[in-house]
Amino acid sequence: MQLKHPAVAGTLESSDVQVTIHPNNGMGLDIRIESIVKAQFGDAILETVREVLAAFGVTDASVQINDKGALDWVIRARMQAAICRGVERSFDWEGEGV
Amino acid sequence: MEQRVSLKRTSLYVSGSSPANIIEAVFYNQDCIVYDLEDSVPTSEKDAARLIVYNALRHQRPAEKYVIIRVNGIYSEFIDEDLEAAVRARPDALRIPKVESAKEVQSISAKMAAIERQAGIEVGSIELWCNIESYLGILNALEIATADSRVVALALGAEDYTASMKAQRTKKGLEMFYARNALLMACRAAGVDAIDMVFSDINDLEGLREDVALARNLGFDGKTAIHPRQIDIINSYFTPSKKEIDYALRVLAAVEEGKRLNKGAVALDGSMIDKPVELRALTTIAQARAAGIKIGGENHAG
Amino acid sequence: MPVNAVGRELPERIGNYIVKPYQGINAPEPTSKKVVSNRVLTLRPAGGSKVIGTLEEAIEASGLQDGMTISFHHSFREGDLIVGQVLTAIRNLGIKDLRFAPSAVVNIKNPSIVDFVRDGTITRIEASGIRGELGDAVINGLMDEPVILRTHGARPRAIEAGELEIDVAFIGASAADEYGNATGQIGPNACGALGYSFIDATSAGKVVVITDYLVNYPCVPASISQQYVDYVVVVEQIGIPEKIGAGATRMTRNPRDLMIAKRIADVIAASRLFENDFSFQTGAGSISIACTNYLAERMEERGIKARFALGGITANIVEIFNKGLVKVLEGSQSFDAVAARAIVEHPNIVEIDNAVYSNIYGKGCMLDKLNFGVLTALEVDVDFNLNILTGSSGEMMGGLGGGPDVAAGSDISIAALPIVRGRTPSVVNKVFTICTPGETVAMVVTEAGIALNPRHKHYEMLRDDMGKTDLKIVSIESLRQLAESFTGKPKQIECTDKVVCIVEYRDGTVIDVIRQIKR
Repeated sequence: MQLKHPAVAGTLESSDVQVTIHPNNGMGLDIRIESIVKAQFGDAILETVREVLAAFGVTDASVQINDKGALDWVIRARMQAAICRGVERSFDWEGEGV
Repeated sequence: MEQRVSLKRTSLYVSGSSPANIIEAVFYNQDCIVYDLEDSVPTSEKDAARLIVYNALRHQRPAEKYVIIRVNGIYSEFIDEDLEAAVRARPDALRIPKVESAKEVQSISAKMAAIERQAGIEVGSIELWCNIESYLGILNALEIATADSRVVALALGAEDYTASMKAQRTKKGLEMFYARNALLMACRAAGVDAIDMVFSDINDLEGLREDVALARNLGFDGKTAIHPRQIDIINSYFTPSKKEIDYALRVLAAVEEGKRLNKGAVALDGSMIDKPVELRALTTIAQARAAGIKIGGENHAG
Repeated sequence: MPVNAVGRELPERIGNYIVKPYQGINAPEPTSKKVVSNRVLTLRPAGGSKVIGTLEEAIEASGLQDGMTISFHHSFREGDLIVGQVLTAIRNLGIKDLRFAPSAVVNIKNPSIVDFVRDGTITRIEASGIRGELGDAVINGLMDEPVILRTHGARPRAIEAGELEIDVAFIGASAADEYGNATGQIGPNACGALGYSFIDATSAGKVVVITDYLVNYPCVPASISQQYVDYVVVVEQIGIPEKIGAGATRMTRNPRDLMIAKRIADVIAASRLFENDFSFQTGAGSISIACTNYLAERMEERGIKARFALGGITANIVEIFNKGLVKVLEGSQSFDAVAARAIVEHPNIVEIDNAVYSNIYGKGCMLDKLNFGVLTALEVDVDFNLNILTGSSGEMMGGLGGGPDVAAGSDISIAALPIVRGRTPSVVNKVFTICTPGETVAMVVTEAGIALNPRHKHYEMLRDDMGKTDLKIVSIESLRQLAESFTGKPKQIECTDKVVCIVEYRDGTVIDVIRQIKR
């Protein structure tokens, strides 16, 4: 899936994460993670981000994660929202995101 | 008819915009959590809130709570996608704002059934709470409560109701007195639960106590809360007191005794125990048990 | 490598420090050692005054030299203006390589303690905690010598055992006279109790009182007596009283913290020890203050009055005292202006020596008489060990304070914490740093339930008392699992072999060490 334009989802409140996503046409994935729990959960965050991108078939994007201690499902939800906004489509409810 | 006993003393609204509040809400003592997609979510964030609530319930559904999602209005541009997200999140119930007729309930129920079918969820398994928040809703409360087998509760909304009535909203709430009773009567006739309105001044705990005492005395089964600090107070009024529990136990013991001796009518302290008294005793015990009260000596009278 | 009684591997020596591993709560042997003090007989002919012009002159007169040990109290906490002024004066005199041994390191800025470490003025630190910028720098390997962290009870023991000999003590006082009688209770910048300074005054080689309010002789009341004081220096300002309680004395409005606070009060009220003339210490954190209020409600409902309350004094506990719910308040520090004044106004609100409060080697201490002690913690593990020092990413978050002492001393010690903070689980398999041994923690109260410690001395009593209530009792392991179900499994923090902090228990043994974080 191709991103049409930059998009943001989430906030910088505690327990939330702000995802900023930019088209990165033909340049692959560029994921940058800032997190207050990076030492313990940096790898887990990266894995979730990659998983959601793959579920949407997004192969070219630059993703900036600014994490304030969000649980995994919050990161998932914010990633999904940012991608949906970036591709200007509703979430695929029938496929439940897959 | 058989009176159902279930615990819906407190329903706390939690905004679909706030992950922090959603996480913390799991630990409070409310019986029901209402994840909100409506009033607490700005128009530009409806898409994100749906995903937050959906993911919250799919990945970390609170184990010991009755889970409700409040969707946007029946005639809003958001309702169809809200239903997609909310049904697939597999809550116990959806809460529908400003319901005014049986037809509205039936149309929502049909849409839910289609989604349930598509998602492999047992059709009809997700229940409905209808918010009654206009004079039309009050006038049609009975037809709404009996419109569909999904409907298990009506919940009163005071702000919009008083606006529709051109009434002034006051703390004492006399302007709501008729609506409360009318809604209760419809609920009792339909055999569904009656949920009282929000008490909106979260800093006035004394006012809340008076308000919830009245609601309980009128007959409500529970009350909506908008702040965690309201929960324990509301619960305490909908949790039977020791005196009520003891009386209920004596009633049930007397009924047992009557059955054993094959007596048609049973008396306690000189008054006859009829069916409603027995039902009320059963409800009291179920509420006490569900609230975590340990009931000892259940056979002490027998 | 030796392993101590809480299962931590420790080196036998860390530089010149010989490690005595923690042997368990009942291990401390009686001792017949004489008390060590650096105090010297000092003839002072009649007349004159001890007032000396500047800090520099006082430091020179004290004979402070490279390699010596200096001390301070932390009664002004974040509002302290003394430490910065004294260290600057020391730097101006070119004195280096000092051991800095305050009762606790306050988080001062401009100048920061880190600056004095970087320029070699300070090369060793011994205190109850190092937070903020200094803490982060230390844990990242700022210092060659490990920082020694001691509880409030362990510090007076170490001083009197000769393990921490103080050469010059600098004691900030909000009022003093020309002969050195000094107090924190009066004056424009009153800080209240000076309980942490008593041991410094009686043990240091030289004592310098620093004040911004010189009163006519004699200063009344006097917490520090003239017989211990060598010099008095008058400076423009010693501290900012409004900042003493910064963050420590506001009641929380967070509903989750309120719920935990209320559960603590419920637990106390359900205990058979909750009866007339009971005693408690609830502490001064935001959960603690809420807890004190809930406890006061229970006391009023049941008509129960406490014999005494201990610890830092707050406006909130003074209010409860004024309602007649507590007969005596004993405090070694004050957290706000109301509390500072209260000692002067009420004969039953008493300033106490921190050693009396917490040092078991001072022929017993007051907190051993507590029925209930409330502790806050950053982490707890499935053995009930508490971490009150380090965050889960290995960052320095707090000080030991008196928590480990309160846990060991009180009949029922109650640790309060939420099971998760953001994505950080606080009920874990092994805490990052053990500060309070699990066997001294009676129970953990969280938003998700209460876990009783089967290894605690009063477990059976608690189990029976709590069993009669509808409080939700769960196992500590189930809390750990629940926390992890929220956050996922955290990755272990990796450390180098370099020890940056030594954590001493109240008996002077090593309960844990903190190693440098691998970055």
